[in-house]
Amino acid sequence: MRIIGLFKPNRNKFILILAILSFNSAILFANEPAKNADSEHADAIVEVQDSTAVVAENAEATHENAKEEKFNPSELILEHIADSHDWHLWGHTSLPLPIILYTPKGLEVFSSSHFHHGEHPYTTANYTYKIEENKIVVLNAANEVDEAATKTIIDISITKNVCSLLISVALLLFIFLSVANAYKNTVGKAPKGFQSMIEPIILFVRDDVAKPNLGKKYAKFMPFLLTIFFFIWINNMMGLIPFFPGGANVSGNIAFTMVLALVTFIVITVNGGKVYWSHIFAPHVPWWLYPLLVPVEIFGMFTKPIALMIRLFANITAGHILVLSLISLIFIFKSAAIATVAVPFTVFISVIELLVAFLQAYIFTMLAALFIGMAVEEPHAADHH
Amino acid sequence: MELVTPSIGLVFWTTIAFLILIFVLGKFAWKPIMQALAEREQSIEDALSSAEKAKEELTRLNNESEQLLKVARAERDTILKEAKQLRDNLVADAKGIAQTEANKMIAKAKVEIDNQKIAALAEVKSQVANLSIEIAEKVLRNQLADKAKQEALVADLLKEVKLS
Repeated sequence: MRIIGLFKPNRNKFILILAILSFNSAILFANEPAKNADSEHADAIVEVQDSTAVVAENAEATHENAKEEKFNPSELILEHIADSHDWHLWGHTSLPLPIILYTPKGLEVFSSSHFHHGEHPYTTANYTYKIEENKIVVLNAANEVDEAATKTIIDISITKNVCSLLISVALLLFIFLSVANAYKNTVGKAPKGFQSMIEPIILFVRDDVAKPNLGKKYAKFMPFLLTIFFFIWINNMMGLIPFFPGGANVSGNIAFTMVLALVTFIVITVNGGKVYWSHIFAPHVPWWLYPLLVPVEIFGMFTKPIALMIRLFANITAGHILVLSLISLIFIFKSAAIATVAVPFTVFISVIELLVAFLQAYIFTMLAALFIGMAVEEPHAADHH
Repeated sequence: MELVTPSIGLVFWTTIAFLILIFVLGKFAWKPIMQALAEREQSIEDALSSAEKAKEELTRLNNESEQLLKVARAERDTILKEAKQLRDNLVADAKGIAQTEANKMIAKAKVEIDNQKIAALAEVKSQVANLSIEIAEKVLRNQLADKAKQEALVADLLKEVKLS
């Protein structure tokens, strides 16, 4: 924890670099279990032995080992890309976040600082809670995890990701409401300031994403496409900021991408026209192929949004892993000289990640527009198939 | 495995966040922005097409004025030409008239001169006749005094006087 704190600022600088080296991270992960096992073993030996000088020396050595092996890149990286109930700022300082639990005995709201970074249980009027592996569990009287009770509580806490998400929402609302206001103030004039920075992007979504895929019906779906594009993009960008208001892995979280994919699925299904449904239930093939093709088409309805979900999740997570891995190299080799290689690489990957942040938002929006376009297709266009 | 297991909390909050965004931005941002963009594009298109129209109008006007100029030039040329012809005619006419007049006057003068000449001659002749008679009278008178001399005188006188 301490070491993570020490180099978190560095990591932040390099967040972008990680995407390219994602294979490397697999190797890093593999080292982890063996080290932990070693140090425990060493501790055990020390207690059993008499306190002779030799043994004492050994013990010291093993303790040192244990301390140094605390730096575990895969643990660090996984901790970063996972969600957590407090927001680590620097060193031992964390921002406590509200815990909100929906339990059979009512709603429970308290600060995550009561858990003392997950080290202590916290007892409310109803239950005793503890954080184990980023999950809130219920403890019974004997301080053991009460699996049955844990299953009944629903954790809707403002976690690090939720907090970051809300910051992004506030930013988006601020940016676009002020831009919309600018449009009201500059009617008939050229765009000014921030407005002229946002306008080309809006026009890009409209002219290069919506219009080619949706044709004349594009206007109806513009709010959805613009919202989804900027929502993904801003969360991607916030994830690239190494320190406090950013740094969370929101758009690389499967829950986030799942919701977006689900919304896209609903939009596609609700707007599906005659052509769309006839493609699924009455494809243009001989009737005896129906038993084979209809299930495939139905399956296809779900694979499209699932692909959207996995693509965004995997790309953004890979980017974070890559940057963190590169920075971890310095601590794995315990040499500042490695920084001369790792830092430029991290900067390089970070720049690529900036591109990926835009690209993934674009691809998600593009494919959503494409799928919606297929759903709202007019009958005459379908004759070409 | 935790990585690919969506947590209910984040699903819940993402859904709420997305719904807030799509409703608030849809109503207060995307709608006015898209509308403003469409309006601006329309006004630019209108301005361009009216500029195109104005240009066409200008070309048309230019052509027209050029045409007018051409016609005016031709007219001017014709007028000038006509005027010149008229002047030439006038001069020629005047010259002709003057000539005839002069000729007439010359002819008249000639006739006058002839008449005067004839009259003068007639007078000369009558004077000569008178002189002759006078002479003859004188002579006769002298002769009447001296017959012989008279006769000689007559003869002399006659020698002197020559009828021209």
